[in-house]
Order: sequence, then structure tokens, then C-alpha cells
Amino acid sequence: MSFGQLPYDVAHLLGGGVLLFSFVLLYQRRIGAVINAFATQGTLLAIAAAWQGYVQGAPGLYVTAVLALAAKGVLIPLALHAIVRRLDLHRTVETALGIGPSLVAGVGLVGLAILVVLPATEGARALAREDLALALSVVLLGMLMMITRRNAISQVIGLLSLENGLILAAIGVAGMPLVVELSTAALVLMVAVVAGVFAFQIRERFDTLDTGSLEEHRGERR
Amino acid sequence: MPLQWAIVFFAWGGAVVLAAIPNLRHATLANAAVSAGSFLLALALAAQPFAEHGWTRTDAVNLPFILVSAFVGLTTSVFSAATLDQEGFDHWRIRAYHTAYQVFMGAQTLALLADNLGVMWVAVEIATLATVSMVAVHRTPAAFEAAWKFFILCGVGIALALFGTIVLYLAAQPLLHEETGLSWAALMGVAAQCDPGTLNLAFAFLLLGYGTKAGLVPLHSWLPDAHAEGPVPISAVLSGLLLNAAMLAVLRAKSIVGANPEAIAPGPFLLALGLASVLLAALALWRRRDARRFFAWSSIEHMGLAAFAFGLGGPAANLAGLLHMIGHSLVKSAIFFGVGRAAQAKGSQKIADIGGLVATHPALGWGLALAIAAIGGLPPALIFASEFRLLSAAAAEAPWLAVPLALGMITALAALITVLQAMCFGTPTPDAATAPNGWRETAAATPLWLHLAVAAGLGLAMPGALAALLAEAARVIG
Repeated sequence: MSFGQLPYDVAHLLGGGVLLFSFVLLYQRRIGAVINAFATQGTLLAIAAAWQGYVQGAPGLYVTAVLALAAKGVLIPLALHAIVRRLDLHRTVETALGIGPSLVAGVGLVGLAILVVLPATEGARALAREDLALALSVVLLGMLMMITRRNAISQVIGLLSLENGLILAAIGVAGMPLVVELSTAALVLMVAVVAGVFAFQIRERFDTLDTGSLEEHRGERR
Repeated sequence: MPLQWAIVFFAWGGAVVLAAIPNLRHATLANAAVSAGSFLLALALAAQPFAEHGWTRTDAVNLPFILVSAFVGLTTSVFSAATLDQEGFDHWRIRAYHTAYQVFMGAQTLALLADNLGVMWVAVEIATLATVSMVAVHRTPAAFEAAWKFFILCGVGIALALFGTIVLYLAAQPLLHEETGLSWAALMGVAAQCDPGTLNLAFAFLLLGYGTKAGLVPLHSWLPDAHAEGPVPISAVLSGLLLNAAMLAVLRAKSIVGANPEAIAPGPFLLALGLASVLLAALALWRRRDARRFFAWSSIEHMGLAAFAFGLGGPAANLAGLLHMIGHSLVKSAIFFGVGRAAQAKGSQKIADIGGLVATHPALGWGLALAIAAIGGLPPALIFASEFRLLSAAAAEAPWLAVPLALGMITALAALITVLQAMCFGTPTPDAATAPNGWRETAAATPLWLHLAVAAGLGLAMPGALAALLAEAARVIG
């Protein structure tokens, strides 16, 4: 199982594209643009999965690709747009940490991911470990977005892009068993989170999606 | 169908049936019947020799927890049948609640049984989704906040656990066939030759991921709210069962990494998280006003004690940790039965509003008093035995850690005794307006006393077969 130059480069390009859109997610100031950036990231992820399926000769990954395209490229973004409209949310992104510092922190996290993964995984094949470094960067940027955004919807998108990083990691490891099942199960979790925004009617109950205001409903306020 | 899968699909089949029953009385009885069936299947599984079967395995490590899980599932369903009418559910919520209960029980059992770490991850995820919907079922702002926090934090947690699982496979990939790539047994077999750096990375993510679900400090903040806002029986299964499944996942990861001498030693991480949990919880217990949150914090303390024990490692400390998890499951679910029923009777779950239970509700009050004493580590319950073993193991292996551990235990015990006195022996507070109901009192107190009897019985005279099983398990997890 050897990789030629082209499969390696294209896989890198697509992985890098997914990472790039994690940064795009970080600097958007309007919710609609954040959702569109997430849709693009999901589409890139689907292409990456299909490419890996072709390179590895693993037809199961095409299933992952189709699911990712349908759910993350189309359906979840549509649902998120609908939530923003129906619940009449603030259309601007409220940040806990400014855009500039967020991007600086993001670059730092990518550096951290590379410094952690590359020395730690010397036993693994080059493509797998570099793919893992990209994936870990996407995961960390997703967490950064969850921390630095105040709207619940942006935090949900942060979690969704974190999960994109997981799928990027899973498809990059050639021959991983149950990869289709695991990526589908992870997708179910994410769909449930999106449904949770609706089901818990956070807007109606709390008047704002600012998760800071949720604290007032704790049972032990003084 | 092999018995392992029969247990899981029996519960999930029950969930489908329960979704179709709108009547409260019929649904609670059917739920108890399904749980009783699951318990019988678990007993039958215990009678079989250990085996690996497809994605599942039974071994000395998970069998005791499967039995405890099925037992607590059964008693909780009985408690639920006795008290659920107090929750004021409409028929949709009755269906949703019972369906989620059995989906959770099936997924919980699968998480314990799983040999394949991918299957274990999926099972933990299903259990999370089922419990989130149960926590949110009251639809109050506080319930939504608790459920949302639980969902987001545990969502991130299990996402990290999946990343850890993927990295673990990457570590073992050159040594394994594709089919067996995520099997715990196969991973254990090749762990010594795996790349140590990759194993370290995998362990970090698995510990953070499943540690979040196990409620270890500093990953615990979802736990008190989730325990306090759902229907009462949910607190019992969250505390008694879900935390065990998460801790078992941590142990599976620990034993793989521990089998590689060049990889980082997993023990100190568990020691640190465990000690942090014990100390923070021991202090936090003094500041709680809400009875269910108080005992949720006590669960954090006890998971911390178990993590500390597994962090010390070696047969003696591991045995203490396993005994502690079993004792905690039994006694903590008993406490939630008592506190839940008391909160229903008094119309509030604030500690200040629940007083003098022994005078007004003797069976409940005495049971709760004994259960709180047992969870604090007073003899004769199992937790006394496990805490004693843990402290002596700690004093022998790491004396400088035994001091803060003992301080934490004593601080927590003092907080528990204070609450015990207030809730059970203090000035009686008035009951809520609802008329007292004798049979409900009995039906709610029976599971409590049954749990106490089992915990005391195991503490005083553990059956030889179970003791041998646990000693074997303590050796396996290393």
C-alpha cells in the first residue's frame, strides 16, 4: 500500500482546505456567513472523504462522503438558517474574545497540534500523521470557537466543526474498521445537538441565546 | 442470538413497546417487567463462561458491573413505578420517559459489554442522547439549562474520546488485521509493540473524553445540574450506572497504555484527577443548598476516590477501586431514591425544606440516614471496606498522597453527617399539601432498604465467587 505523489498532495490540499475554513469560521461577524462557511467546510470534508475512498480503495468511505455532503453541506446549514429566522436570533456574532486575538490563538493552536502530533507519531505513515495534525488542528479550532463565542448557535457550529475534524482524522487512517458506522454515529450526535436548539426552544425560554444568561436558572442562585 | 446481544436488544425491544403505551400505570409496570427480564438475562450471562463474541466480551472486569447495572435498573424501575405519578407527566412524556429509560439501559449494558472500542463509543453516545432527553423532560428553564450543559459538555467529551479511539487504532494499525483493529483484547495483545508516542496521545484524549462522562474534576461541571433537574429515578441511574460505564472505558484505555512499558505511565494522571475531584467535592459539599445537587457532588467525590485507586494501581488498590464503584452504585442510587421521595413528600428539594424525616416518614428517614452514613464510609457497608483498603494501599505506596486523600474523605464525611442530621433528625418540616399515601411510602422505601441490605451484605460477607471475580479483575486492569 504505497501512496504516489498525487494522492498525497490532493489529500493534503483537501485537509488544508478544511482547516482553512476553520479559520474562516473564526473571523466571520455575521451568523449567516458563519453558517455558509460551515457548509463549505462540510462540502470540502465530503470531497476529502470521497478522495480517500478512491485512494484507499475503500468504497465504504463514499457512503461517509455522501452523508457528509447531504448533512453538513446542505441539510444542517439549511436547518441552522431556519433556526436563526424562526427564533429571530441576533444576526451578529457576539464574541467573548475579539476576532484578532481569536485568530492569533488559532494559529497558536495549529502550531501546538503540529508540535504534539508529529513527534508523537513517528511510527505511523507520513500521510496518516500529517492528516492527523490537520485534523487535531480542526478539533482545537472548533473548541476555540466554542469558548470564544457567546451565542449558543455559534457554539453549536463550533462543536459541528470540531466533529468535522474527527471525521477528517477517521478517513485519513487507512483501513480503520467501522469508520462508516462511527462517522454516521457522530453525525447523529451532531444532528441531535442541532435539534436540541429547536427542542429546548432556547430563544423562547431564555429570551436570548447568550448562554451566559442560562446561569440564572441554576438551582442554587443566591 | 448470543446472550450478550440478547440483553441489549431485549431492552431496546422493550423501548419500542414502551413507546406505544400511553397509560401511566401500564407503562410503569411494563417498564419494571422489561427491567426484570434484563436482570434475569444478566444472571444467565453470569452463569456462562467468559467469552469474546464478535464485538462484545465478558470478563472479570465487566461482569460485576453488568450485574450491578441490571440490578439497579430493576430496582429503579420499581421505584419509578411507585413515584412517577408525582412528576405530572402527560402521555407523550410517559412514552418518551420510558422509551429513553430502556434505550439508556440497553446502551449502558452494551457500553459495559463492548470489546470493540468503536462499539463502546457508540454505546456511550446513545446512552448520552437518551439521558439528555430524560433530563430535559420537565421542560422548565432549569431543566433545559441542565440538559443543554450536559449535552454540550458531554458532546465535546465524547467527541474527544472518538479522536482518542482513532489515534489508538493508528498506533496499533501496523500490527493488526483490519477486522480486529479496535478490539480491546487484540489491542492489549499488541500494546507492548505499539509506538509509545501515539499511545500517549490516544490516552490523553480517551482520558479527557471518557473522564468528562465520569465526572472527574475539572471536567465535572455538567454533573450536579444534570442530577438535580431530571425526574428522580434518572438521578439514580445517572449516578449509579452511567458513571461506572465511563470509568470502565477509562480503565480499558489505561490497561492498554499501561501494557506498554515505554509509554507514559497512566497512573499519575488518574491520581491527579482523582485527588482533585475528592478535594474539590469535599469543599463544595459544604456550600450546597439543594439536596440532589449535594449528593451529585458526593458522586464526584466517589468517582474521584475510584480514579485515585486505579491511579495507584496494583492488585490491592485496583480491588479497592472496583469495590468502591460497586458500593457507590448501590448506596448512591439508594440515596437518590430516599432524597427523591422526600423531596416529593415535602414539595421541595432544598435541604432546608427537608427536615426531621425520621419523625414524619420513619421507613424513609431511617433508610436515608443509614444510606448517608454508608456513603460517608461508615461500617458496615461495602464503601467502608473499599475506603479502608484504599487508604491502606495509599499509605503503603504513596504516603504523601494519603494525607490529602484522608483529609478530603473526612471533610466530605463531616458534610454528609451535617446534612444527615438536618434532613433525618432535625426539626420536622411540614409536608406538601398532597395527601400522604401509605403504599407509595412502602413501595418507594423498599428499593432503598434492599440496596442497603445488599451493600451491607457485600461489605460483611462477600460471596467467594464474587470476591474471586473481583480479585481477577483487579489483576487484569493492571
